[in-house]
Formats: sequence, structure tokens, C-alpha cells
Amino acid sequence: MLVYVVRRFLYSIPVLLLCSFIIFTFVSVSGDPLSEVKRRPNVSQVTVQQIVERKHLDESIPVQWAYWLKDATTNSFGTDLLGNRPIWPDLKRVMGNTLQLVVAAELLAFTIALAMGVISAKRQYSLFDYGTTTFSFFGFSMPVFWFALILQVIVTNIYLATDVRIFYTANLSSPNPENFLLDRIQHLALPVIALSVLSIATYSRYMRASMLEVVNSDYVRTARAKGVPERKVTVHHAMRNALIPVVTVAALNFGTVLGGAVVTETVFALDGMGLYFIRQLGERDAYPVMAWLMVAAVFVILFNLLADILYGYLDPRIRYE
Amino acid sequence: MSEPVLSVRDLVTEFKTADGIVHAVDHVSYDVYPGETLGVVGESGSGKSVTVMSVLGLIPQPPGRIVGGEVIFGGRDLLKLSQQELQQIRGGEIGMIFQDPISSLNPVLTVGDQISEALLTHNSKLSAEDARKRSVELLHAVRVPNPDARFDQYPHEYSGGMRQRAMIAMAMANQPKLLIADEPTTALDVTIQAQVLDVLQQAQRETHAATILITHDLGLIAEMADRVVVMYAGRVVETGDVETIFHAPRHPYTLGLMASLPRLDMDLERLQPIPGQPPSLINLPPGCKFHPRCMLSHGRVRCRTEEPPLAPTAGGPGHRSACHFKEELADGVAALSADVRTAS
Amino acid sequence: MSKPPGDPLPDTGPGGAPAEPQLQGSPSVTDDDPNTALYREGLEVKALTQWQLFRRKFFRHKAAMVALFVLVVVFTAALLAETIAPYGYEELDLANATLGPTLEDNHFFGTDKLGRDYFSRVLYGTRTSVRVALVVALLSTVIGTLIGAIAGYFGGWIENVLMRTTDLVLTLPGLAVLIAAAALLGNGSPYRVAVILALLLWTSLARIVRGSFLSLREKEFVEAAKASGASDWRIIFRHILPNALSPIIVNATLVVATAILIEATLSFLGFGITPPTPALGSLIEDGRNSMLTDWWLVTLPGLTIVLIGLCINFLGDGLRDALDPTQQVRG
Repeated sequence: MLVYVVRRFLYSIPVLLLCSFIIFTFVSVSGDPLSEVKRRPNVSQVTVQQIVERKHLDESIPVQWAYWLKDATTNSFGTDLLGNRPIWPDLKRVMGNTLQLVVAAELLAFTIALAMGVISAKRQYSLFDYGTTTFSFFGFSMPVFWFALILQVIVTNIYLATDVRIFYTANLSSPNPENFLLDRIQHLALPVIALSVLSIATYSRYMRASMLEVVNSDYVRTARAKGVPERKVTVHHAMRNALIPVVTVAALNFGTVLGGAVVTETVFALDGMGLYFIRQLGERDAYPVMAWLMVAAVFVILFNLLADILYGYLDPRIRYE
Repeated sequence: MSEPVLSVRDLVTEFKTADGIVHAVDHVSYDVYPGETLGVVGESGSGKSVTVMSVLGLIPQPPGRIVGGEVIFGGRDLLKLSQQELQQIRGGEIGMIFQDPISSLNPVLTVGDQISEALLTHNSKLSAEDARKRSVELLHAVRVPNPDARFDQYPHEYSGGMRQRAMIAMAMANQPKLLIADEPTTALDVTIQAQVLDVLQQAQRETHAATILITHDLGLIAEMADRVVVMYAGRVVETGDVETIFHAPRHPYTLGLMASLPRLDMDLERLQPIPGQPPSLINLPPGCKFHPRCMLSHGRVRCRTEEPPLAPTAGGPGHRSACHFKEELADGVAALSADVRTAS
Repeated sequence: MSKPPGDPLPDTGPGGAPAEPQLQGSPSVTDDDPNTALYREGLEVKALTQWQLFRRKFFRHKAAMVALFVLVVVFTAALLAETIAPYGYEELDLANATLGPTLEDNHFFGTDKLGRDYFSRVLYGTRTSVRVALVVALLSTVIGTLIGAIAGYFGGWIENVLMRTTDLVLTLPGLAVLIAAAALLGNGSPYRVAVILALLLWTSLARIVRGSFLSLREKEFVEAAKASGASDWRIIFRHILPNALSPIIVNATLVVATAILIEATLSFLGFGITPPTPALGSLIEDGRNSMLTDWWLVTLPGLTIVLIGLCINFLGDGLRDALDPTQQVRG
């Protein structure tokens, strides 16, 4: 198992390298990185020349990429285009905030989706089942940003009408909160709800399908024939098996959730990776954008690895050679 | 004869599908007596498995529905029991062995866990260590080698025969009064079948359990059963002791089954399949359900219009057949079966 | 449920596989035999062609039928926006600014702060979104099918290269890459957005198609076609592809919903379709500033997206149920 993990880990290094080359090429060829800077009246010709030298913009793309890679690995992604601001401290800060949002949303989503999937599979074609399906389809059809806006409208109107502040509709924390944790929860609640809807929809569909496959299986019948109480049959025998593919799906879903976080954070002005990304894209500064994409790729690869490990842990039939 | 262990009376089980109602079990009655092995034989879809699943309350409802009848076990009607009361009986007083041991064992739990679970479910006072000790004994009893180490292994680490023996261990864990074995050897290699049957017979001897053996394999019936129930299209068409059924069958369907049985003294080419296919259980033919495939019916009106009751034959005590013209078979089974051969 | 007379297609059982021979063994039992012909009803195995089976299941799927109807209405209305919309989408009328939804003067969805009729704007926005989504569905389906088919059929290093590329595209966090691509490459034109979306939305289909091709290429009918000298391309398009259509159709349907959602998201963020071209996402972004007072400005374009998405999902569900030969008709 350990050997397998290490080998998978080593295997991701070339993948990551290739990824970085694609990201770099993609961002570089999609436009002159200096176009935005040149347009600014307060940036002199000399400054532009300095930038070209510092970022080796006069070289070919593979050479530029090699310099960038060196900068990324030895110097924590270096600085932004103008060279004023190191990228890593900003990225580190927003990563922590995004992780809070994403982990909370995913835990919530997984718990709710599991219950929904199990119940609707146990009562296939019941009112609850049709309700779950309809809810999921709503989840698939609803733009995250729109749902986030609607949440803001509702909560703000409640606040305006009753003067009761249940949840905040923007930012991550108040200036000087009395109770830090409560304040954080009040700030994160709406983004978490907005972000978790799509995941709930996705996972509950998978869980339902997976449970349906399992509830009619021979070993569940065996458990019943042994006289095992129905609740234990569901949890111990059926769910334990049905979970295997769903856990994998959830781990592989990280890229999608990160995409959702970009939109959610933008609407709720939450100082996370998503808002950072959108801002840097707005500035048309290629360097933070590339760093961001690299970090995201690393996360996705790590979660892929996690999916594999979880799969092997949950299913004893899988043996890693 | 003593009181039966299990008595199925007029059991009717249906399944609702989009195409119509499937009459899977239609007024089936049979008894199982202490210590005996009752063989239930029939083609797939004849209702032999659905009958025992209904007995144990294991029919998925919906789409299944037990419409009527009663199942007397230990003085109680199992069909009237609550799920909790049924759970006590399942795996406790009635042990069940299924066809395919690889799909019937939970792949993510160790075999030991699954045997212990059978013990712990029916004995809440049992400690985990005692359950383990007893499970290892059971594995030993069904001749799983190195049972202590095998306890912690998963089903996929067992061989096919060993898995089925573990299933037997699970079924006999609580000293049941009745064992139900549903095609216990069908999914196994021929070479392993004998071993598993051996273990099954040993389990029967040790627990003194009555056994229902469900199979389509007449060879298995001949070897294991004391009495036989032949089912066709959800009905019992013939029942009697094993000698009678094999040597003096009084139902053309039973005779057809015999003719399709390979025998050492017969060329394979002379094997006679029963013509046609089992009827759709949604749209059953009127009259005798077997008449479209029957060699006795020959277009007789009575066969098409009147369903024959399961009635005693002249052959012997306890021998019953559901055929209007059953006694025609008495004139010489051999002659008739020769007829069948020449007819084609 | 007997098969209609003169049906040119061979019998297929409920599994889509050729049905078992109806009567085994004795040649004395045939259709002419009066004894059996009388009760054929009871004896016969139900035989329906795949197409009959599809129609039967699909038309029974009430939700899918309703969804299909709504979609046809919405798409037709959107594509005919010029004739249906009561106003032009840039038609200013400051005297009637920020009206709530009303039947007066056909302002069904109200007006915005410049007095533009919001129903017309939403209709034109839907037209843009629908056009983009249809182009995306078409393009990505073609790309995904081609790549999956080639990888699955030829195997070997071709498969390796194509599938590793697919994995790599999947490794990238999808929406983020799309946002970056739209931000860096986009110029606000709908067709450029469509191409960018299509270039990143083909991956899951490619994997599915590859899977079907992997199993289908081992089938006897492919062997037969090869033996009769058919070219690889002919085998791929004539023999295998028709048998792998079900998941492609379902996927193409669902991609329309995905494309509408992502396009709206990009336009909302300001990286997709930019004014003056109307798009549902940018309408919502416009309305955001006054969403506390003028609720319809955010709510109605959003609900339009939800309605389309819901219908496509129900339609896709119905198609999947009807096309999946392993699934039974609901009881």
C-alpha cells in the first residue's frame, strides 16, 4: 500500500510538469502579458523593459517556462508582473479561507446527500424519492451565482424587516467580533449553503443509484436471511458497499467544487482563492493566474490520489501491487 | 407420521410488473417433516424459490405481494408475524443457504464477521470473543482449513467451495430446526459439489434439521431427498417419496424431466428435452398449465378447459399428481417414454 | 404483445440481445401445430424491437414528455425572439423605467431602470444562450465522439495518447480553466464563448464512447465486417457507432444544460458574452445592483435558466431510461 502511494505520488510529478507547461503555454499565447501594463499612463518604457528582463519575456516560450518553473519551485512562484508583490503570501492566505469554505460545504453536502440517497433508494418511486430527484435536478439546473444572490436577497430582507442578523451576506468576518467562531459561522453559512447545493444533488444521485444496485444484491438478502434487523442491514451491509463509489466520486469532484467556490466567493466577497483568481484575471496579470492554476492542479491531483487510497481502503478486493 | 416442521398451505404470491401481474406461486401446499430432506424440483420460474422466500418474508414488497395462504412453523403462521418476530426465526430456527456463494457473501466484511453476526443477532448475551470462538468452531466443522486464520479473511480470498461451506456454517450457526438450501451446488464446479454436499449432509446430521433442498438437478434429488415436490408454473404438480417419483411418476411433466436426465446407460443423443418453454406467468394458458407441452393432452378438451387438482394416485400413500390422465402413465412409464422418443 | 407482422427487424428480447429461440428441441412443435398455435399467447416470449421499446418507455415517462413540450416552446420562442418579443432589447423608454411585472403594455417581466422591456431582453438573452448551448453541444459531441471512437477502436499508443490527454484536461479544475480561457481569449462574442466551452466539455463523452467502442469492437458483427473487407472508418461509423449512440444522445442533451449554466456564469463574471449582446448571465449581473428593490431583474432571468435546465435534466432522464436496455419499464 505504502509502495503504491509513493509510486502514484512519483507518477504525478511528470503529470504536474506537463500540466505546468500546458498552463504556461496557454496563458502565454493567449495574449501579450504586457498589453495591460503598456496601456497604463504611469508605467514608463523603462519599467516595461525591466519587466521584460526580469520575466525573460524576450525568450522563447519553453525557455520562459523553464525560468518560470525555477521561480515557482525555488522562490514560491516569485512576484506578480510588476514585481511589486510576492504571490505566495496572498495565495497562502486565500487558500486557508477557501479550504474552510470547501471543507464545510463538502461535509454538509456529503452528510445530507447520503441520507437522501439512502432513503430514496429504500423507498424507490415514493413521494420522497420523486422529491429527491426533483431537488437534484434543481441543483443541477440552478446557477450557483444566482442561488447565492437569491440567498442574499432573502437574508437581507429578513434583516431589514426584523433587524435580526442571522447570517452575513458578505466578507469572511466582522472587524472586531465578540465571538470569533460564531461570527465566522454567520459569515460562512450562506456561501456554504450556496456551494453545497450542487454537491448534494450530485452525491445523492450517485448514492441512490449505488444503493439501488446494492439493496437487491444477494448478500443483502443473506443478511436478512440471517435475521439481521433491517436498520443494520441497511447501514452495515448495504451502505457500507454503496459508499465505495460515492466516496470516490466525491474525492474526484474537487475540481468542480473549486470552480463553484470561485463563483460563490465572488458573490459573497469572500477573501478566498476564487475571489483572488477573478481579481487577478481582471488585472490581466498572468503570473498570479498561473500560480493559482498550478496550485489548483496540485489539489486536484492530490484528491485523485486520495480517491484511489480511499477506494483501496473501503474495498478489500482492491490490492495495490 | 409426526407433526410437520413446516407446513405451507395454499400459498399465493404475485409480482406486479408493468406488463401485468406475475403469478409466481399459485396455491402451493407442502409439508416438511422432522429430520427429512424434501427436494423441490422444477425449471427456473416454476416458483420453487419464490415459495421459500415468501415463507421467510424475503419477498421484496412491492413489487411482490403474498396474496393468501398460511405457513405454519412452530405452531405459528409466519405470514402473520411482524418483521421483528420473523427476524428471530430467520437465521435462528430457519437457516438458509443460497445459490451463488460469491455474491451471497458481503464482499467488504470478513467471513468471520459474517458468521459471528449470525450468532450475535440471535444471542445478545454472547460476547465478541465467544462469538469468534464459536465461529472458528463452525468453520472447522464445515472443514475450512486453518479456520483461525480464515476467520479474518474476506470472501474473495476463499475458494468457491470454501465460500459455500462458510455459507453452510452461517446457516447452521444457531442450530436451526429447518435448513433451506436454494440450489446449493449449482454455481460450483462439479468436482467441488460432492464436498459441499458432504458438508451439508454432515450439518443436517449434527443439527437434526429438516431440510428443503431446492434444485433443478434431479441427480441431486436422487442422492439427497427423501420426498420430492415437483413444481411447474407456480404450482405443485406432483409429490411423493423419492422412490415413487423416480420409478413410477404420475405426471407427464415429471416424466419429461426424467427423460431429459442424462443417464449412464443412455446415449446423449437420446436425451429428450421437454418441447416448448415454460409459460409466461402473466398470461397463463387455461386449463392445465402444462397442456401445451404435454404428450398426454393431444388436444384433449378437458386439458384445455379444466385445471386438474393435486389428487392421490393409485400408486401409493402420499403420492399425488395434478393430471387428469395420470393413471394412463401407470400402464407403463417405459413404453410411454419410448413413445416420446419415436414421436420426434 | 406479439410482434407486428412484417417487421423487418430481427427479434430482440427485452435486453436488446437477440431473443432465445422461441421453441427449443422438438421439431414437431411449430406454429402450424394446431395444438400449440391455439395458446401461442401464453407461450411466446415477448419480442419488441429496440426502437419500439424506446418509444414505449419514452412516451410513458410523463416528466420527460412535459419537459420536452416546455423546451420546444421555450426554444422556439427564443429563436423567434424577433417576431415574438413585444419590444427591441435595446428599446429605451425612460418614462416607464423600473416597472414591476405587469400585463400592461405587455411588460410581462417588467422593465429595467432604463425602461427597457425585460421580457424582450430575457427572450433575446435566452436566444443567445440557446444558440451558444446548441453549438457547444454539437461541437463537443463531435469532438468527444471522434476522440473516444478513435481511442477505443484503434487502441494501442493512439488510445494511450488520446486518453492521457483526456485525463490531463480532466485534471484541470474545469470551471476555473474555462473562466481563465474566457477571460484571456474571449472577446465578448457568443461564438467564441461557444468554441471555448466546446473545447473543454468533450472529455467525459470521450471516455464513455471509448468504453463502448472497447467492448463493441470485440463483437461478432465487427469481425464479420472486417472479414468482408470493410475499411476501419466504415466499421467505426457504419457498424459500431450506431450501436453506441444511446449514451452519446443522453450526453449531448445534458451538455446543453451544462453549457447554458457555464455560459451564464461566465457572462455574470464579465468574462463571457458582453453587452450589447444580450445574455442571461449579464442580465443578472446588471440587475444585481438593485436586486433588493427590483426583485424581478435578478429573479426572472435566473428562473428562465432553471426552467431550461430542469427540462433538459428531466428529458435526459427520460432518454436514459428509455435507451438503457437493462432497465425495466417502471411499474
